[in-house]
Amino acid sequence: MSPAARRFILAGATAALAALSAGCATMRVEPWDRDLLAEKKMTFNPLPLERSIDDHIYFSKEGSMGGQDAGGGGCGCN
Amino acid sequence: MTPRLPRIAALLAAALLAAATPHAAFASGAPGPGSPAPRFTLPTRAGTVSLDSLRGEVVLVDFWASWCGPCKSSFPWMRDVYQRYSGKGLTIVAVNLDKSRSSADDFLLDHPSPFTVAFDPSGATAKAYKVWGMPTSFLIGRDGTILLAHSGFDPRRAGEVEAAIQKACSP
Repeated sequence: MSPAARRFILAGATAALAALSAGCATMRVEPWDRDLLAEKKMTFNPLPLERSIDDHIYFSKEGSMGGQDAGGGGCGCN
Repeated sequence: MTPRLPRIAALLAAALLAAATPHAAFASGAPGPGSPAPRFTLPTRAGTVSLDSLRGEVVLVDFWASWCGPCKSSFPWMRDVYQRYSGKGLTIVAVNLDKSRSSADDFLLDHPSPFTVAFDPSGATAKAYKVWGMPTSFLIGRDGTILLAHSGFDPRRAGEVEAAIQKACSP
């Protein structure tokens, strides 16, 4: 394979990978469409008790809290 | 191939970064103070409401949904403001964006609302106003221009909105 062809394939593969990795990121969920995302079961949190204990430790050590559940909340505000 | 690896890695990193960049600039492009309020005609509990028919009044358009927490706390405030300023020319149109009417109706049973409640399950009005959070409210002056755009509800900051309403209502 000529170097030019290889470069072409490489560029194509990179572009395809970038397009694929964008995935759902290009589709903005509108604030008024977040009703399902706002449900508790949509949070990345299989163990609520453990999470709350961890949060408490984190809060005590770092003086900050929250921000773990990107999918939750749903309002796009506050 | 080996000397090329860093270049490929850099290319990949750049591609990933481009892919991960948020495509939504949130409040950008939303109609702000000074711009004309987008027109709408929507069904209400009793009939329809259109913004054109409210020309000459101060209108607070509030976009809400039953599942949104801050919307719940904004209702008592809107009720209070409505009771105090409706005699001075304020109209509140609370635009519901729920997909199902029944969840909106359930919410309204728990949160009495003496003001106008409109229903826009398609979200077309929210799109026109480029609503960037829930709730988002727009204060529209007597001449149909937007005076204030505000997202979220914080009881500590509600005073600012009320001051704007008071100013808009004063002759």
